[in-house]
Formats: sequence, structure tokens, C-alpha cells
Amino acid sequence: MFEMQTGTNMTEANTPALLDFEGVSMTFPDGTKALDDVSFSVKAGEFVTVVGPSGCGKSTLLRIASNLEANTGGTCSVDRDSIGYVFQDPTLMAWRNVQRNVELIAELHKVPKAERLARAAEAIEVVGLRGFEDKYPRQLSGGMRMRASLARSLVMKPKVFLFDEPFGALDEITRERLNDEVLNLFQSEGFAGLFITHSITEAVYMSTKVLVMSARPGRIVASFDVPFGLNRSHDLRYEPKFAELCGEISHALRGAHQ
Amino acid sequence: MSSIDTPTKATAVSPDEIVHEQRDGFKISDYIGPFITFALFISVWYLLSDVVLPQQKRFLLPTPHKVVQDGFMVWHTGERRGLQPILVSLWDSAKIALIGLAITILIGMSLAVIMSSRRWLERATWPFLVAVQSAPILALTPLIRALIDGTQTQRLLVVVLISIFPIVSNTLFGLLSAENSQHELFTLQGASRWVRLTKLQFPAALPNIFVGFRISAGLAVIGAVVGDFYFRQGGVVGIGAQIDVYRSRLWGAELITAILLASALGLVVFLFFGWLSRIAIGKWHTTNRGR
Repeated sequence: MFEMQTGTNMTEANTPALLDFEGVSMTFPDGTKALDDVSFSVKAGEFVTVVGPSGCGKSTLLRIASNLEANTGGTCSVDRDSIGYVFQDPTLMAWRNVQRNVELIAELHKVPKAERLARAAEAIEVVGLRGFEDKYPRQLSGGMRMRASLARSLVMKPKVFLFDEPFGALDEITRERLNDEVLNLFQSEGFAGLFITHSITEAVYMSTKVLVMSARPGRIVASFDVPFGLNRSHDLRYEPKFAELCGEISHALRGAHQ
Repeated sequence: MSSIDTPTKATAVSPDEIVHEQRDGFKISDYIGPFITFALFISVWYLLSDVVLPQQKRFLLPTPHKVVQDGFMVWHTGERRGLQPILVSLWDSAKIALIGLAITILIGMSLAVIMSSRRWLERATWPFLVAVQSAPILALTPLIRALIDGTQTQRLLVVVLISIFPIVSNTLFGLLSAENSQHELFTLQGASRWVRLTKLQFPAALPNIFVGFRISAGLAVIGAVVGDFYFRQGGVVGIGAQIDVYRSRLWGAELITAILLASALGLVVFLFFGWLSRIAIGKWHTTNRGR
């Protein structure tokens, strides 16, 4: 359904998955089973969101994908050199101003200075932080810090973008604005997105597909294709079909929560 | 799409989202405070000199104006009296304190870097650092004299022993203060241990490192004065040795003058590192007083 609606050529059935979980399980050394037989894949031009109760292992998925943690079963294949990871908190370096923070990842990858500056300028422009290059994190609001954090990942133009509940701590208006900006980026950059959240509205608004995860052990219990094109606007949140889909996901989530 | 969300607009973020902060400007209360404490200090001094001390012991603590007259206003009389010999000794000790402090910073910070790398190294080193910090230098002097040649080297060693602990503990605390998620960010980029140290841990540690500098700077001056007591040779002597001479000859005014100048040296070094800290990290580091 989603493929018909978006109608973009990126999502042909034969497009290779950029991120692929195949029967992935994760048992921590203390015996906690965080993930059990999780299988799904994300292609370029797909934005998959995982919703689930707190502590269900959603974030563990991202940590496995980025190799911060090693899965104990199954396989996770991804091009690890092309991952952008947006953390729960902005993780900016307090001693660097916006410009230098945005340059950081490129700097760690030894991108030559001229190119680094050009890419950082572009990323700063895209997230709407132009004019704030000289500000230090302590001078920024929570939303602006998150923008800077986004820009820092954008600089490397990752093919796979992992978001670990990045907007959970922001007020609703800022959150909705940033939802739109990530959606814009997704459209222009065409990366494969994997987004973790516990907000159903956010999940539906952002994604092409929503996965519902159960708790302890984390399993994918339901999958919903989101039938709206990518040109979404704020008002979509108040349309009946949007609410209906949110309702269905909520039901699945409640089922998973038992 | 609503216009505020257009990401290509530089004004996507309204300027009032910027967190405005109050920079403290010139405040008269900032200057009245130190003036009041100074006035109190002088008053207590007069009280001790003229009232509390019994008549026959007042030579031990001459009044402030007497100290200024006999200590500060006399340039050079007799063999070791007057301001000039005191200043010469002070300079001699200041050199020892500063060179010693530089050595301390170098050794202390290296030690902290090594300790920060492995937990077992940290655990293996702490007890010795605490021992060094609490060991009475007096008890160690014969050993130092037996093991090390040269008065200057012996004096430097005393400075290092006395001032190293705060540098190590503060630097180590700072190096280990970077957040876990920041470390993970570096891990994700495959950062080497060196890159992690120089681009994450060290800058994160700077506020603590400067606290260590300020404490150790004061201790280095104390260390130099203490070193002077035990390790001296002919010719120019340090301020500690000079103080010892005045003490033994009961030259009150000169004794107080020398003590005040030695304290002033400690204060100058302390203020210097405070200033350096503001230059280096003032832009991004915040101090909160809960107002």
C-alpha cells in the first residue's frame, strides 16, 4: 500500500535493504532477554519507526545496528561506515561552539578542512542554525541543541540514519517542528531511517512503516504500513484516517503490553 | 508545509530561543567585600598586638603600622634586615615554587592520564598518592638529603611532594567526567584512544584541571617555603630560611613582613590561575550559584 502511495522509484521491491535484522536476539550477561527473534529490514527511502513500552529493547536494536553492542543471536547486516546516530540527548561538546560541534564527526573521520567547513555550513543551513555558529551549547535551547546534533550527523551524509528517541525531552511544538525537519531531510537525502519513539503520533507522522514491539523479551508483534505520501503537513495529525491508524497501533501496543 | 518549518530559512529558529544569560558587570558589592574583610583583618591584628598579648610579649607581633615602618619602609640595614633582602629571598623561593609547580603539573597530569586509562592502574596508584600527601616532609628530610644531591633539586622535590595530589585527583576526576553518550559518539566513529583523550576527555576535564592548578599553586608556594627551612646553602637563601632567621632572632617586624610577602606570592599565583582559567574556559563553562 505504501509503495503505491509514495510511488517513488527508490522503493522498488528489488532495492537492497541497507539495514537488515535477521532473527536477531539479545540476551544480556545478567540473563535479561532484551530481544527475541527480531526480523525486519529498512531500504533506502524507507523510514521505519519502532514503538513499544519503555524497556522493551527498542534502543538495543540501534545499539546492535551501530555495533555499540553485539547481538547474541541472529545476524544484523548494515554498512557500518555509513551510519548516522542521533542520541537521546544532543551529546554536544560543551567546549565547542555550534560550528565546531557540527564539524566534530567529520573531523574524527579526517575530512580535509575545506571540505569539512563546506559540509558543516551546509548542514547548519539545513537545520536552520545559520547565525548561531558562534554560540556554545549552554547558550542554546533544547530544540536548538538537538538541531546542532542532527547537523553533526548530517555532515557525513549517512545512508542509514538511526534515531534513538531524539525528541523525547522537547516540548510538543518544538518536537513537531523537528519532526517536519527530519521528514524534509529524509525526502531530500533519501536515507534509510530507523526511528525509536514511544509517541504513536510521532511514529505515524514520521514513518513509512511502524513496527510495534512487545516488552521482555522484545519482539515485533505488529507492522503497519503508513499510507500517507511523504508531503505531510502539520494538519495531517488531525485527519480521521491518521487518528484511525494511531488507534490501531495503540491497540496493538496495549496487546503487547500485557 | 507551514513557513516556520522551512529548513532553508536561517530564521527557522527565533532569536528568543537563545538562552539569555546574565553576565556579571561591575558591581560595587564585589569590591566592598574584600575591603571589609581586609579592615577586619587589620582590626583583629591591632587587637592582638595592643590588647590581647601581654605587654612583655608584644614584640612578637608588632602593630601593622610598626611592621610597615620597620619592615616595608626600611630598604636594607644590617646583614639581613630590611625589605631588599626579603625580596631577594622571596624571588629565590618564587623561582623554586614556579619551576616545582611546572614539574608537578607535568608529572601529575601524566599520572592522571595513565590512571584514567585502566581501572586497576587507578586503584594501584591511589594509596601511594594519599601516602605522599600525608607524609610529613620533616620526617623525610634525612632520606631526601641522602638520596638527592643539590639543594635546588631537594627543594624542588619538596614542592612536588606537597603540591602533586590536587593536580592528580582533579585531573583524573575531570578525565573521567565525560558523559557515556559522548564516549559512545566517539566509539561509533572508531576514535582511537589518543583522539578520545585529546578531543573528549581532556577538554571535558579542563574545568577540574584548573581547580587543581589553583589549589596546587598555593601548595607549591607552601612547599617552597617548607623546603627552604630544611634545605639551604650559603649565599642567597629562600624566604623560608629567612623567616627562620627572623624567628630565631625575634625580629618581629621583619618576620611579619616576610610572612605577608610569602602569602602575597601565593595569592598572586592563585589569581593568575583564576585569570588563566577564565581565559581558557570562561566562554563555555558555567558556574552556578543557585540564584
